[in-house]
Amino acid sequence: MYKYDEIDQSLVDERVAQYRDQTKRYLAGELSDEEFRPLRLQNGLYIQRHAPMLRIAVPYGMLSSKQLHKLADIASQYDKAYGHFSTRQNMQLNWPLLEDVPDILAELAKVEMHAIQTSGNCIRNITTDQFAGVAPDEVVDPRAMAEVMRQWSTFHPEFALLPRKFKIAVSGTKQDRAIVQAHDIGMEFYLDAQQQLAIKVWVGGGLGRTPILGTVIREHLEWQHALTYCEAIVRVYNLHGRRDNAYKARIKILVKALGIDEFKRQVEDEWAHLKDAPNTITEAELARVAQHFEPMPYEVLAQHDASYDAATASNPAFAAWAKRSLHAHKIPGYRAVTLSLKTHGQAPGDASSEQMHAVADLAAQYSFGELRVSHEQNLILADVKLSDAFALWEKARAQGLASPNVGLLTDIICCPGGDFCSLANAKSIPIAQAIQMQFDNLDYLHDIGELELNISGCMNACGHHHIGHIGILGIDKDGSEWYQVTLGGSQGNQASLGTVIGPSFSAEEMPQVVEKLISVYLSERNGEERFIDTVRRLGIAPFKAHVYADKNAAKAEGIA
Amino acid sequence: MSHLISLQAGVANIAEDAWQFVALPPSQQEVRKQAGKVVLFKLTGEQTVTPEQIAGTLIPANGKVLVPLTVFIARKTELQARLDQQEVGVWLDTHESLTDLNQAQADLNALPIIAVHVERFADGRIFSLGTLLRSRYGFKNELRAVGDVLRDQLFFLKRSGFNSFAMRTDRSATEAIASLNDFSQPYQGAVDEARPAFRRYNR
Ligand code: HEM
Ligand code: SF4
Repeated sequence: MYKYDEIDQSLVDERVAQYRDQTKRYLAGELSDEEFRPLRLQNGLYIQRHAPMLRIAVPYGMLSSKQLHKLADIASQYDKAYGHFSTRQNMQLNWPLLEDVPDILAELAKVEMHAIQTSGNCIRNITTDQFAGVAPDEVVDPRAMAEVMRQWSTFHPEFALLPRKFKIAVSGTKQDRAIVQAHDIGMEFYLDAQQQLAIKVWVGGGLGRTPILGTVIREHLEWQHALTYCEAIVRVYNLHGRRDNAYKARIKILVKALGIDEFKRQVEDEWAHLKDAPNTITEAELARVAQHFEPMPYEVLAQHDASYDAATASNPAFAAWAKRSLHAHKIPGYRAVTLSLKTHGQAPGDASSEQMHAVADLAAQYSFGELRVSHEQNLILADVKLSDAFALWEKARAQGLASPNVGLLTDIICCPGGDFCSLANAKSIPIAQAIQMQFDNLDYLHDIGELELNISGCMNACGHHHIGHIGILGIDKDGSEWYQVTLGGSQGNQASLGTVIGPSFSAEEMPQVVEKLISVYLSERNGEERFIDTVRRLGIAPFKAHVYADKNAAKAEGIA
Repeated sequence: MSHLISLQAGVANIAEDAWQFVALPPSQQEVRKQAGKVVLFKLTGEQTVTPEQIAGTLIPANGKVLVPLTVFIARKTELQARLDQQEVGVWLDTHESLTDLNQAQADLNALPIIAVHVERFADGRIFSLGTLLRSRYGFKNELRAVGDVLRDQLFFLKRSGFNSFAMRTDRSATEAIASLNDFSQPYQGAVDEARPAFRRYNR
């Protein structure tokens, strides 16, 4: 993975000093709350229900063992010994003290980490596919370009105070796993007819209050121009995006207001001036960064491993886990392995310091000392030998990291919700836990098969509910907590936004509602058809009918 | 004491202000001055400054004056002699258009100073305006940030081409100077240093 040189290191060190001074001035009353706000936000510090929340950047989801050990230590020393991995591949601490944050940043800087631009109205952490570099369907490893873009966006002076936050995702696979269409800018790398690295650029996607999928603004952009083209887009947005209403301030609203053709015209006009400016990426720079993402020193192995085959044959629990948690790898005899942070009954995405230390050790032992965070809020060891899978499983299981539910209904994406977040309409973690308990039977869970269930505690959509096959959104009705259910959302190439099935439910009803949706699927599915495909084929009507059947019956009786 | 920071050849100092800032008189109409104006502007052609305001703006008879863009455009003939004497500068709001300025004044370098007024410090349009003035319009003279100008934006303002900063008067300008150099090795090219780190160093 990318290693800092003196330039990178001086920047994070200077940031620590700068933020220490800003905190000092704030505590001394020299900065008002309002003035300090964007400063702390651009350092990932929110003021939340119980305490500040600190979001630490994990650029495109990559971590080393050393870094994860450090995160674990920080969580122990400055927090309640756990952290939360987020859908944007970052890590959050829920209980740090505002006064301690400069020290936390100084600790992070020791392992080449920071919290720069993890929040606030600026360009945020650039996200990508958690299987970057190892996925068999990958055309281009997007990480080198993601790193080049990370550096460009870090303290970009022109874009330090945008109308609203700005999220960029990059992807280099045939099957999109980075949800490029749900980002302000999505960059899809591919090889063009000349076998040159090119980019398909999407713009104006975003979830939140007004979920919109992005539109293609350019089918073909030569990679050298990635930065200047982004500058053109962000400049048009910076100048013309709305600043009077935070809910209408994202670029998606500007793109809709102007129309993609007019927006594109303005961007291309700007770009005509910016093209070939010094920020144009050089071959040498891409090569310099790319050498940090060279393939690992893999062993030459057979496709199959006898010990692995024997273990799956004799140990059903291991087999069940392996089926869900092992993912195809470019190199024969290797697998990417997902360690689930979705143990039933635990807050999705949370990891204790002890677990973090354990994962860091596992990564060091089995996966070249590196790991990734996925936007599904799990941890991934990307380069594990098939012959090590069993040993890895045993150790992971001892730490509660081997739930065999990856990609299944209980692998829930969930925001912190009302337990932590001051914007919440409703709690989300208890709903996730109740659903996990409802579907605690493993055979049943595996029979239901692939399913994405996403929960957000309010329309800000941190839990990506719009693109869940089943989406759950917390809403507020007369001061009490209710949940609206959507069906048919999805990420990937066929990204779609879910449709609301009807009136909302109470928290107690939710596990049963999900149960009913599943029962319709189980009785209607054709063979191996996945839940989402059944929903697409049938539409929401049969699901809706079943879920509301009792309610309607009750109502009908009431009238009669 | 002056709250103006002047940056010359990389050295920042507190300087006396030679310019008289000419404000528009308050409008009688409700001015919808919220940000995002430019979109409205383009869609509806709505004006933010009324003709009465422009006509009613008092321009001091002597000395160097920094006048609002709308006044400059509408009353340029009246100002021409002083413009020739290098005694007229222009300020604009973050929602105003550089095209308008450039149409009224083809040679921007005839203006000894252009100022951008930022009403709220969080309004980052000022950075794009500075960048465009320097890079697109080739403006070489004093470029000043005025209004809600605070220490923690100085580094970005500097990198966006500003070389003078009228700091908010309730804060120490002297202490703020340090923040012009918050970072020594920025990654990306910008106005003050066009080359990104990968072109400046053999990394
Ligand atoms: C607990 C404190 C949090 C607060 C106050 C918060 C606040 C917000 C707000 C206000 C938005 C909507 C912004 C907009 O629509 O422009 C948002 C969106 C989002 N947040 Fe959070 N968030 C929090 C935690 C999280 C966590 C823990 C995650 C990851 C699990 C997360 C990931 C996201 C994502 C993915 C979006 C949607 C992005 C989009 O609109 O495209 N946030 N957040
Ligand atoms: S979706 Fe709403 S409740 Fe959940 S974390 Fe985001 S802002 Fe908070």
